[in-house]
Amino acid sequence: MADEILELTGGTDDLVLVGIQRRGVQLADRLVDLISASETVRVPRGALDITLYRDDLQTVGPRPVVGRTDLPWELEGRKVVIVDDVLYTGRTVRAALDELADFGRPARIALAVLIDRGGRELPIHADIVGKKVDVESGDRVDVLLEEVDGKTSVVISRADSA
Amino acid sequence: MSSALGKDLLGLEPLSAEQIKLILDTAEPFKAISERAIKKVPTLRGSTIVNLFFENSTRTRISFEFAEKRLSADPVNVSAAGSSVSKGETLVDTARNLEAMRIDMVVIRHGSSGAAQFLAERIKSNVINAGDGMHEHPTQGLLDLLTLRDHFGDLAGKRVCICGDVLHSRVARSNIWGLRKVGAEVAVCGPRSLLPSAIEELGVTVFDHIEDAIEWADALNVLRLQIERMTGGYIPSLREYNRVFGVTRDRLARAPRDVLILHPGPMNRGVEIDSDVADGEHSVILDQVTNGIAVRMAVLYLLAGGNPALAESAKAAAR
Repeated sequence: MADEILELTGGTDDLVLVGIQRRGVQLADRLVDLISASETVRVPRGALDITLYRDDLQTVGPRPVVGRTDLPWELEGRKVVIVDDVLYTGRTVRAALDELADFGRPARIALAVLIDRGGRELPIHADIVGKKVDVESGDRVDVLLEEVDGKTSVVISRADSA
Repeated sequence: MSSALGKDLLGLEPLSAEQIKLILDTAEPFKAISERAIKKVPTLRGSTIVNLFFENSTRTRISFEFAEKRLSADPVNVSAAGSSVSKGETLVDTARNLEAMRIDMVVIRHGSSGAAQFLAERIKSNVINAGDGMHEHPTQGLLDLLTLRDHFGDLAGKRVCICGDVLHSRVARSNIWGLRKVGAEVAVCGPRSLLPSAIEELGVTVFDHIEDAIEWADALNVLRLQIERMTGGYIPSLREYNRVFGVTRDRLARAPRDVLILHPGPMNRGVEIDSDVADGEHSVILDQVTNGIAVRMAVLYLLAGGNPALAESAKAAAR
């Protein structure tokens, strides 16, 4: 995925990786490490918490906890790659695009996800996909990461076995 | 229950330590929004909020209005002067008329203790108390807690002395409740005529001399001497008050440690606090003002929306 990012953006110039809270941030960190191993450049890594931009805040019951958004650079003219763990309905990415627009006007925004599980409800697609999985709409796909969960794996729980 | 805080925020007395911590933790990410070039998030788009102010206020009303606008809500300001209130309309009628215009929330400042609760029990909208008489001013208490937490980290065991006119002060009551719940030690200091009788029952220490308070405290929350309420002969004169109870550079210089200085404003410079203290290196008075917006955004976010009926139907649809 790191190689694909560099191919897509034509190198590390003006590149910024932006992870979506929470696991997208750790995945973005890993991509920064991988890119620095081959390019000897540490590209900047930002974080987006999209809670305040969600379109379902009126319906989710008790208010979700708001995490940190951390984008300390000018985004004007840069190449931003949004990084997330699972792409499903596309609503999170829609919210992330809205939030990024409040920080500036990047030259290009791309999307990299570890897992694409299908089931889109919005016209959004990923530019870079780690792995595509076929699951039913009731199934759960969870990405576990060492940094957050103590182990790294992708867990698919079927709706009927839950 | 529509939110983690319930329907309304009436005071800090009814909140648990966990609820207070939730508000302060939620305020953290909201601080950053006011530092952005575009100081606005779409979270409360479409919510209408009435700021119903029966008493004069500049700081609190503007702070609420900024908080509302930075969350994309639509605020309407109603002040008692120049409204139908001055024609004799009752509080409930005013609020019911506003509610008939399909509002979502009321922020109320009123001269009578209990006004916010009275209103909250009679209308469906969320109610936020922005100061009721001599009772509570919860968002001020919360912003004081947030400012103290910024400096001390954990507040457990920290010593905070509230100085001055505790008797008339809703800020003092909200501070006492809030600080005690998060585990801080609280004291008050002022002339006995400006301390409520039996104040010790709230679990606070009483200092009769400001020098003793300064020696004891990690932070002083210096209250405004409410000069407009001073017709009752509570103190001999403003000059004498400053001489005996004023927080001055000389007095702070004798403290065994640096003492953080808070003041809810507006200040009477040269009365309860000297200018060189208010503007000194340990003053966090302007940080309080900045934090006020973040705390109010957090409260609005936690109280607003989360419509229980909608949440139920969404859950049913997901099943």
